[in-house]
Amino acid sequence: MEALWLSMKLAACVAAILLAIGVPVAYWLAYSTWRGKFLLESLVALPLVLPPTVLGFYALVAMGPRGPLGKLWIALFGHGLAFTFTGLILASVLYSFPFAVQPLIVSFEGVDRRLLDASAVLGAGTLRTFWRVILPLSLPGVVTAAVLSFAHTLGEFGVVLMVGGDLAGVTRTVSIDIYDRVQSLQYGEANRMALVLLAISFSVLSVVYAVNRRVWSPWPAK
Amino acid sequence: MAGEVNAVMLTARIRKERRTASASSFVIDVSIEVSPGITILFGASGAGKSTLLDCVAGLARPDEGRIAVGGDVLFDSSLRIHVPAPKRRIAYVFQTLALFPHLTAEENVAYGLRHLREEQRRGRAEAILKAFHVEKLRNQKPGEISGGEKQRIALARSLVTEPRVLLLDEPLTGLDAERKAAIVDDLRAWNTAKGIPILYVTHSREEVDALGERVIALESGSVVGAGPPMDVLNAPRRKKLAQAAGFENLLSATVVDLRESDGVMRVRLQQSACEIEVPLGYAAAGSHVHVAIRAGDILLATERPHGLSARNVMEGRILALEQRGTMMIVRVDCGVTFVAHITPGAVRALELDVERTVWLVLKTHSCHLVD
Repeated sequence: MEALWLSMKLAACVAAILLAIGVPVAYWLAYSTWRGKFLLESLVALPLVLPPTVLGFYALVAMGPRGPLGKLWIALFGHGLAFTFTGLILASVLYSFPFAVQPLIVSFEGVDRRLLDASAVLGAGTLRTFWRVILPLSLPGVVTAAVLSFAHTLGEFGVVLMVGGDLAGVTRTVSIDIYDRVQSLQYGEANRMALVLLAISFSVLSVVYAVNRRVWSPWPAK
Repeated sequence: MAGEVNAVMLTARIRKERRTASASSFVIDVSIEVSPGITILFGASGAGKSTLLDCVAGLARPDEGRIAVGGDVLFDSSLRIHVPAPKRRIAYVFQTLALFPHLTAEENVAYGLRHLREEQRRGRAEAILKAFHVEKLRNQKPGEISGGEKQRIALARSLVTEPRVLLLDEPLTGLDAERKAAIVDDLRAWNTAKGIPILYVTHSREEVDALGERVIALESGSVVGAGPPMDVLNAPRRKKLAQAAGFENLLSATVVDLRESDGVMRVRLQQSACEIEVPLGYAAAGSHVHVAIRAGDILLATERPHGLSARNVMEGRILALEQRGTMMIVRVDCGVTFVAHITPGAVRALELDVERTVWLVLKTHSCHLVD
């Protein structure tokens, strides 16, 4: 159960951080007219195609005592980043980045441009237009982004193993825990945890699809 | 400021190249002056009307030019001035209206009033909703509001901010004449107190007649006429404008001879034997011209008429009769096909029918030469 709690905590932190970073990045990607935009788009989508071990490997190298991030961290806080919960959060944020940014881009781009024009001629600057028009009309996208990054972080394995290792209570997440139990032939235990993870993932994804299909939605119809 | 009548004029000189989806690019090059009151910007779709409004509102940036309201410069390419849209105080009602779907009518109207305190904001919003007769809908969202009322709310939202200029991009499309007229009356009532320049875009001739004080006619990115609607649209100099302005008969013709002392010339229509007399224009004998004639200006007779002042009488045969509303559309073949509009009563009285021989009567000054 400790592993499950740790996984939930990790996923919640990652989802919150991704919303905070993902919203401005997605806004820029949705509205910028810069010609080199495709480069950043590719970069954001990279974790979708990269094996988790590759991402995890580079994250580990960067966070290690001789890596740039690791050195900085030691200078600031006196201890390394690799094999810590913070390190795990950083790596997971990278790994789940596209799952937060893509739905946000799609929903920002879906907002009628004339509504933004209307807001501008009524005296609203970019920031006010974003808070009063774009964000409220993109709420399903925001929920999707939060839920997908939560679910994706909950289910990750390779990156966690590379960066976090297997320290009970610190970096041993559910997926690692299941792997450990299978290795030590505790099939019953493994099955219980696997079922819990399956149930959580299914319910969380159901929320996403319900919101987007408007089968059930907390927001009134447009 | 409220109630003060300001006689401030909008002046705009705009040049902008527009790249369209098709390979052809398109240049808008216009210079307009809009004085207080309603000025209509008239032209077929694709003439550049919306781009012009976007430039004035600050949503698009001209390549070159100058835009000013009174002495206040909003854009000047040589001085590198470009006041952003939120700071222009120019109201703009879009063709799609662009009401915020997640806000109620009242919240939509109060959107541009954030600089005011809560109670002032509510007061202003309520007053303008009343002025446009939609105060009952204040807690409804746009999705629950019918056409016509949405237009009223969009107008209220734009005008509540006390703009210096109002831009309207075909805001009343899709409404019947009665609702249009009622909304226009409310708009006029509002503007008698404010006296701001209103630039009203339309491609509908009906709206021009209903609204018109002044018209600016736009075609392929250029101003092709400006002045009172009667002058601009009843004597169209351009072929496309004539089509848009509802000249049902647009015929190509060759000049036969000029009779300068009578102020007329004879032209032969579309390689037929049919010749008519039209007002003298800047054309040499043998040159090619277009003649625009309103279907409503053509008279029909069942016998060859005598003793008429009208100079053009042509014999022809009825090809088709078609009722449209309270009007009969008659197609007559005189070597070229003419379209005439008459009343159903006239059709009955003259016992007109297909194949019947008739005479068309046309005054010289009902024939307009177009480029």
